[in-house]
Amino acid sequence: MKKENLFIWFSGAVVGLLAVILVLFGNPLNMGFCIACFERDIAGALGLHRAAVVQYIRPEILGIVLGAFIAGYASKEFRPEGGSSTITRFFLGILVMVGALVFLGCPLRMMIRLGGGDLNALVALLGFIAGIAVGVYFLKSGFDLGRAREQKTFSGWVLPIVMIGLLLLVIVAPMFNAEAGGPIFFSAEGPGAQHAAIALALVAGLLVGYLAQRSRLCLAGGTRDWLLIKDSYLLKGFIAILAIVFLGNILVGVLGVTGTNTPAFNLGFEGQPIAHAEHLWNFLGMALVGLGSVLLGGCPLRQLVLAGNGNTDSAVAVLGMIIGAAISHNFMLAASPKGVPDFAKYAVIGGLIICLAVGFLNKEKA
Amino acid sequence: MAMEVDVRGLSCPVPVLKTKEAIKKNPNEEIMVLVDSQVSKQNVTRVAENSGYSVEVKSVGDEFHLKCKKGD
Repeated sequence: MKKENLFIWFSGAVVGLLAVILVLFGNPLNMGFCIACFERDIAGALGLHRAAVVQYIRPEILGIVLGAFIAGYASKEFRPEGGSSTITRFFLGILVMVGALVFLGCPLRMMIRLGGGDLNALVALLGFIAGIAVGVYFLKSGFDLGRAREQKTFSGWVLPIVMIGLLLLVIVAPMFNAEAGGPIFFSAEGPGAQHAAIALALVAGLLVGYLAQRSRLCLAGGTRDWLLIKDSYLLKGFIAILAIVFLGNILVGVLGVTGTNTPAFNLGFEGQPIAHAEHLWNFLGMALVGLGSVLLGGCPLRQLVLAGNGNTDSAVAVLGMIIGAAISHNFMLAASPKGVPDFAKYAVIGGLIICLAVGFLNKEKA
Repeated sequence: MAMEVDVRGLSCPVPVLKTKEAIKKNPNEEIMVLVDSQVSKQNVTRVAENSGYSVEVKSVGDEFHLKCKKGD
């Protein structure tokens, strides 16, 4: 096997393995990693939304950006660049988050949920593929968001520095506005209160960020490249994640391992952890994520990695996702295990329409 | 004179698509692809090699010039 292929299999496998381990050490079930959920928790911890059960500064996110930053410098690939439709990317980031919070997961958590036997993730996967297929149509008809240009080195450092700041905040957890309970809000119960130790979560994030930068792992890129040019490179990472999470969950059951949370393979639609079974909205929510991710040039994980590697457009997309999470919760657009609120349905449809408009309006003239 | 494809600053997968398009339009000519990232360099090289081209990489400052020739 070619070395590069071996490496993407390996990277996907490590992500899958860490996803299982993080649950054993305290992350919510089927949520060893979830870029969307974790960015949403960060938005909550900063008080941008007040959904009390999903507030925590997730060190995994900080680790991924910093891991990619380190990988970028180690490989001399770090490159501060930006200016490719930055504001459009900000809003695409918002919309991707809206879609993800209707399904309750980013593409990475979708695979992790599927590996745990959550069949709602299969419905979502079909939607995700449909969304990517629409994005591929736009790419084939000449869509792009324009050229990025080199930026000052400092610009590429801004998001990594913010991540170091967030790391200090999660460690110190300052409380000088006791009346309001902040400025940093941590959930006392719910998913936000379930987390692995800071050091473990940070190291897991660093590893994933490093490997994803080196292997270019992207959950949307796999399907996209397969549909576009029959290239299966990125798809290997996607499949490795699913396979290892599945095996890990089975193995935990067979060996009778127990942890703070004990992952399990539990096939079905109902009663899945942090999930709902509204098929249409799982499908459409992830269709929005798939389409938005192709327009952005990568899934939420890839945006973090690119941002760590100096891409300021991706850094802005990440900020868009964090703001998107705040909007989702404040405007009652986020689903919960209880189901999908009505506003969320309008938001997903609206988001799809906006993405279609972005696709049509950003074609290069032939 | 080699056909030039300038994909500097464009993000994945547009550089690959533009390279494929150039290959389709000029099946037998030499193609020069200008890229400015390792990712694009690797992706364009992979797609050119899969299309039966040999690729010669020249580093120019922060950029790479990929000379793609039919056959090897």
